[in-house]
Amino acid sequence: MKKTLSIIMTVLLCISIFTGCGNEQSSAVSTDGSTSMEKVIGSLGEAFQNDTGISFTYNPTGSGSGIKAVSEGRCDIGLSSRELKAEEKESGLSGTILAYDGIAIIVNPENPVNDLSLDTIAKIYKGEITNWAEVGGNDAQIVLIGREAGSGTRDGFESITDTEDACKYRQELTSTGDVITTVSQNPDAIGYASVASIKDTVKTLTVDGVSPTEETIKDGSYVVQRPFVLVTKSDADLSDAAFRFFTYITSSEANEIISAAGVVPAN
Amino acid sequence: MKKNQLMEKVIHGIFLVLGLITVGCVLLITIYLVISGIPAIREIGLVDFLFGKQWASTATEPKYGILPFILTSIYGTAGAIVIGVPVGFMTAVYLSKMASPKVKSVIQSAVSLLAGIPSVVYGLVGMLVLVPGIRKIFNVPDGASLLAAIIVLAIMILPSIIKMSITALDAVPKEYEDASLALGATPIETYFRVSVPAAKSGIAAAVVLGVGRAIGEAMAVMMVAGNVPNMPDSLFQSVRFLTTAVSSEMAYSSGLQRQALFSIALVLFMFIMLTGATLNFFLKRERE
Repeated sequence: MKKTLSIIMTVLLCISIFTGCGNEQSSAVSTDGSTSMEKVIGSLGEAFQNDTGISFTYNPTGSGSGIKAVSEGRCDIGLSSRELKAEEKESGLSGTILAYDGIAIIVNPENPVNDLSLDTIAKIYKGEITNWAEVGGNDAQIVLIGREAGSGTRDGFESITDTEDACKYRQELTSTGDVITTVSQNPDAIGYASVASIKDTVKTLTVDGVSPTEETIKDGSYVVQRPFVLVTKSDADLSDAAFRFFTYITSSEANEIISAAGVVPAN
Repeated sequence: MKKNQLMEKVIHGIFLVLGLITVGCVLLITIYLVISGIPAIREIGLVDFLFGKQWASTATEPKYGILPFILTSIYGTAGAIVIGVPVGFMTAVYLSKMASPKVKSVIQSAVSLLAGIPSVVYGLVGMLVLVPGIRKIFNVPDGASLLAAIIVLAIMILPSIIKMSITALDAVPKEYEDASLALGATPIETYFRVSVPAAKSGIAAAVVLGVGRAIGEAMAVMMVAGNVPNMPDSLFQSVRFLTTAVSSEMAYSSGLQRQALFSIALVLFMFIMLTGATLNFFLKRERE
């Protein structure tokens, strides 16, 4: 008897755990989207949380998922590392550019090549140039490393270099970290990744003689770059907390934090 | 007394509900997969979908042919079986019949440990050791390939094959072996002529279990196979499996692309159901 009673009590207790959720949204900001924006949105969220005490969550799922999440109302602000498509804008979403991110072209440190033109990069990725010797490197086949279809970085890279649907990848990897690791492991590899996440294990190339720095990305002289976009619903108002977060991160006060995260503030 | 009976019934009901949860989950997943997998197949056309050789889901003129994924999954699994089964089977014979208890306990705990390693760790080690290794040994431009995936899968299916085979071999009645030995056969002859044939349906079940594990693996394979939707014409080709086709594009997909991913999942589900049914068949035969 006692045993059954305790079992019933436990079951009740378990059920009561689930009822607790759901109401805590009121004083919290939830963001969802681009994995490339993790660093910048993470540090902004942390600063915001310290200043206001409003709790902040970030769900790194990818630009597409983030846009979907905000349109389905599963988060306050969606994060996209590409411009919104026309069909997405038509479905009632609007985008605000938070910052610009340069996409770095990376090779293995052992590779003697230091500079490529945008045109050459496009030719390499389209498979028209296949040997490093043709661009002043060693006599070795070029190994093309890229991201999976649908990735914001891939979309950004291919639209900037005008190589959509034409890239002859040797490997399609699903994260920036995997691209960097793979390029650092293979002396003949070339890859692309967000400037903010580049590590010393790979060498960043200059493009048309310009290296990706804050100035060159902001003034547009470094051409391989893309926007970081905050996605909101255009017909519905943000919650109080989300509105405060939105104004905070788009104000000039946040610029220092955005720069510290390795991207160039837009406002 | 009546109160007790009532209590019995209540408890009985609770257990029934708990049991039904599992059944419900299976049904839910099956129904969901079928419902969300059918529309894309209809739109693309079953033949174009299953036998199309090109996959370009985000292109301006998208192509949704999954033959490269199906073939890669079949080749990859077959390769893993070709390498994994002989090694696993011999290990099982050794552990079950020849090893001293001490050696047996050491090797068995190593096997259990191997079974417990998360697949992402297999993938990481594969990415950092195996892939560069293949590049150097075979002198190819890049090591991420079907071969790398086969090797990783072969290691991953070893524990299931070894454990299942040991169980089957241990279950062979000792009288069979004694009789064989008494007739003058050597121990090795006895193991391979008597014990193994007696345990053959259990061993077949072990192989099917290995197939199931290999065909369903995604994470480790994604990190070493290169993930480009090529037809698997060579061992050194960068390839994409059915599992990785779903997982690598799911995060950013939309529209027909997303529906097509569900259709791939449905195809994969069919494959796994098929291996499951085969497994049941062998297990039943062993029991009889």
